[in-house]
Amino acid sequence: MIHIEYLLIVSAIMMFAGIYGFLTRRSTLAILLSIELMLNSADLNFAVFNKMLFPAGHEGYFFAIFTIAIAAAESAVAIAIMINIYRIYKNISVDKLEKMKW
Amino acid sequence: MDSHNIMFVILSVFMVLSSIATVVSKSIIRAATYLLFVLLGTAGIYFLLGYTFLGAVQIMVYAGGIVVLYVFSILLTSGQQEKLSKNIVSKVVASALLSIAGFGVFLFMLLKNKLFENVAALGAPTEAVGTETNSIDQIGHFMLSSSEGGYLLPFEAVSLLLLACIVAGLIVARKS
Repeated sequence: MIHIEYLLIVSAIMMFAGIYGFLTRRSTLAILLSIELMLNSADLNFAVFNKMLFPAGHEGYFFAIFTIAIAAAESAVAIAIMINIYRIYKNISVDKLEKMKW
Repeated sequence: MDSHNIMFVILSVFMVLSSIATVVSKSIIRAATYLLFVLLGTAGIYFLLGYTFLGAVQIMVYAGGIVVLYVFSILLTSGQQEKLSKNIVSKVVASALLSIAGFGVFLFMLLKNKLFENVAALGAPTEAVGTETNSIDQIGHFMLSSSEGGYLLPFEAVSLLLLACIVAGLIVARKS
């Protein structure tokens, strides 16, 4: 007998930890790590709500699978951009990247 | 308290601690390792819920693919010397307050709407452990069926997205 509704609290803690990291980190790669944390908590919520409300359904299940695929694609492109930035500026800290700042 | 329950508690505590350690650790490579622990814990939760295919996808794509990519790029950009914690104190305090306030609002809404009682009143779903509702067989049929309840269109859209990402990654990261 598992009370899966407590997983909502776990995923909320994960989400707000990701928000905290997103706001305080300076390295762009660390910011991406925080974004992954937030995406992961959303995935967990999809699975939990699917299990909790529609145990025979599969909508949340497939949504989580597609979210994982999109997260992988997003981080691959983002890392390519980071490596390109590093090649040009030798630094990926957000306070050093102000070329495109108005 | 059976074994599922004990595993559930262990995984939950592990995930909470690791996700907090991900955002407060000083070294970025260590943060990536803690993120790996969070993702593996999530996969364990999926297995525990009976979503075995989802857990396998989580381990393969996230833990096997994305985290390795992150570690590679951290090492490529010499992230070890990165100043992660050099921050204005007021910014850190404001961010922490914002996060804690958001979590407080979440808990408040949860308790105000009596979610736990309502879920308990909902009945059966909480004990559905290990029931194989989605076998690989069924998942394949759902993925490629264009009838009602099929996922052919998102499947094709994701395949197109992945192709676009391969091309974009090659073009962006190549040496000019």
